[in-house]
Amino acid sequence: MYACIKNNPVFFCFIMLKYHHKIYESEVFDLQSTDIHSFKGGIHPPYNKERTQNVAAKVAQEPNVVTIPMSLHIGAPCKPVVKKGDSVFLGQKIGEATGFVSAPIHASVSGTVKAVAQYPHPNGNNVMSVVIESDGKNTVDPEIKPYGDFNNYSSKEIIDIIKNAGIVGMGGATFPTHVKLSIPPDKKVDCVILNGAECEPYLTADYHLMKLRPEKVVQGLRIAMRAVGVQKGFIGIEDNKPDAIEKIQSAILPDEAIEVVILKTKYPQGAEKQLIMAVTGREVPSGGLPADAGAVVMNVGTAAQVATTFETGMPLYKRFLTCTGDAVKDACTMEVKVGVPLQEVIDQCGGFANDPGKIIMGGPMMGVAQFSTNVPVMKGTSGILCLTKASAEIPEPSACIRCGHCANVCPIHLQPLYMAAYAQHQRWEKCEEFHILDCIECGSCAFSCPAKRTLVSSIRVGKRQVQALRKQRAVKNK
Amino acid sequence: MINAILIPVVILGVMGLIFGAGLAVAAKKFEVKQDERIPLVRAELPGANCGGCGYPGCDAMAEAIVKGEAPANGCPVGGAKVAEAVGKILGEEVSEEEPKVASVLCSGDCDHAPRRAEYYGLKDCNEAVIANGGPKDCRFGCIGLGSCVNACMFDALSMGEKGLPVVNIENCTACGKCAATCPKSIIDLIPKSQVIHVNCQSKEKGKIVRSSCSVGCIGCKACTKVCPEEAITVTDNLAKIDYEKCVQCGACVEKCPTGAIVKEIR
Repeated sequence: MYACIKNNPVFFCFIMLKYHHKIYESEVFDLQSTDIHSFKGGIHPPYNKERTQNVAAKVAQEPNVVTIPMSLHIGAPCKPVVKKGDSVFLGQKIGEATGFVSAPIHASVSGTVKAVAQYPHPNGNNVMSVVIESDGKNTVDPEIKPYGDFNNYSSKEIIDIIKNAGIVGMGGATFPTHVKLSIPPDKKVDCVILNGAECEPYLTADYHLMKLRPEKVVQGLRIAMRAVGVQKGFIGIEDNKPDAIEKIQSAILPDEAIEVVILKTKYPQGAEKQLIMAVTGREVPSGGLPADAGAVVMNVGTAAQVATTFETGMPLYKRFLTCTGDAVKDACTMEVKVGVPLQEVIDQCGGFANDPGKIIMGGPMMGVAQFSTNVPVMKGTSGILCLTKASAEIPEPSACIRCGHCANVCPIHLQPLYMAAYAQHQRWEKCEEFHILDCIECGSCAFSCPAKRTLVSSIRVGKRQVQALRKQRAVKNK
Repeated sequence: MINAILIPVVILGVMGLIFGAGLAVAAKKFEVKQDERIPLVRAELPGANCGGCGYPGCDAMAEAIVKGEAPANGCPVGGAKVAEAVGKILGEEVSEEEPKVASVLCSGDCDHAPRRAEYYGLKDCNEAVIANGGPKDCRFGCIGLGSCVNACMFDALSMGEKGLPVVNIENCTACGKCAATCPKSIIDLIPKSQVIHVNCQSKEKGKIVRSSCSVGCIGCKACTKVCPEEAITVTDNLAKIDYEKCVQCGACVEKCPTGAIVKEIR
């Protein structure tokens, strides 16, 4: 009988499935050791980074016209403070923040305002935008002056400077950085973590930034540590970027307060909660913020921008992005100004080599597909991915076979199969019971699904409905 | 021998009497007084448990009606007939409301409204709308993946040939499920006799509407001028008919330059 079970391949597979995470995921979260840090779950998609990793990053050509939407961040859109016919300087404020969770917007060229009107936005809607025709001179706003040594400023002053420079999270979520650094008094934070994981396939923008300006990244981290008032800083970098790790490490010396944490190359290693888990071993509670786990997470690009702002006084108006994919001729990473149309960036990469089937702003896992190449580059655009029809094709989904792969790879330890099924049957209370709001929409479940089910999009519908449900309940309880 | 049968029978019989008496006392003492009208009202309701009234099923609705939380004509499925019967039970006069039907207020089918992108993924409007607001150029237009058809419990909606849902007026009970599920709020409940309506929801300016749909409302206000009853107003570049004032003369239908105002043929 025992031999029969033992030799049964199906049963053996079952045992393998049950224990495979224990075999492969037994990392130790010990900061003192030189272990490679990680989290439980996640996937290994094809990274496709070689194509742009070995091509030197360049500075994009000067744009003739930029279209800057008044919504470049999460939160309340800005109010334009210039009108048609005004002449603006480089770095001049053109959009005033309208709430606490909002960040001002600045001109990325000097020239004349051609229009203040509704223009297509990458989110699919038309959004109030300021169109500026460049005079080609890039005359800097005379009011902009370097701030100098950050040690002369208090925490509150630093946060104000960051706020006025319009700095938002440059990893893609574009959450205003000044909000992130303003820790509520009841939360105890003891470290700032810089996210240099860049776990999204294809993208190499952060990699090139860390290689080119490691001192800026480290300086930005020191400023953020002073702003938050902590003594410890970490920079998490995946182990597939050894030269970036080396550069950053040599830029840190001899600072004892900052440490490079080498992370396992795995998706989604750069997700906020997973990064905190990998670096500190602490878990962000359900529905909580990173501050609940005693950490503040920033992208390396954001940190470099903070350092640049203190050094030169310039606000956030340009960023590194990777233009790649098999439909692009000469893929590369370049520094592009905010407001440049995607088409212009693609043209500078030699244009399309093949007919594009799908253009994604951001990475392939969490990026947003675009309907037009006339939308502008935003503060959070880390990449433009142009895929051919063949590689963008989505296979037809089939029935769920309940293999549990999605639950195995889920970095939040949720059960995507049930959440998606309940969402499809509009049983929102059940979705909530399965903690659907904790889903970070990383797409690991859909990627690993052998039935190719559209799990993430179903879950996203569920999340929206559960949020609406909670709002209704809150209104009722009042 | 006979004792072996008799004793247990007697014991069980006595126990049964004692428990029976206990239960009888408890039933009287802990009696839950229910309004006898509730089961009567419940019997009049259709029993589809569709939730169209906003209560979880007909039982809850019957209770709400008797308690006075819901109006006697609150059942959209039953209509005037049920309302009258319920009114009789409650002993109150029920105002007769004109029955409503669901109406798809968008004419932008495949021929008239171009698409800016192709959508791959689950065939569900609520999922498609998350991807940049859907594949249609017009961001107010019907996505055409049939979430409303799936939501309908009365087989009153079907997907037309040209990518727009079609309402079967005979079957429609105006429960409002389709209107609630539509992410673009295109379906509206309008009085059954009203055959003229503005088949557009776009609040975009005329120029943008023209580029994205050939049958959209461009907010030209031609209809407001031609209407003899002044029943049409234009707000946010979109014409709106006041159904109470409208006499259905059809002047606006003839005047509308894009054909956004239509007269439904039934």
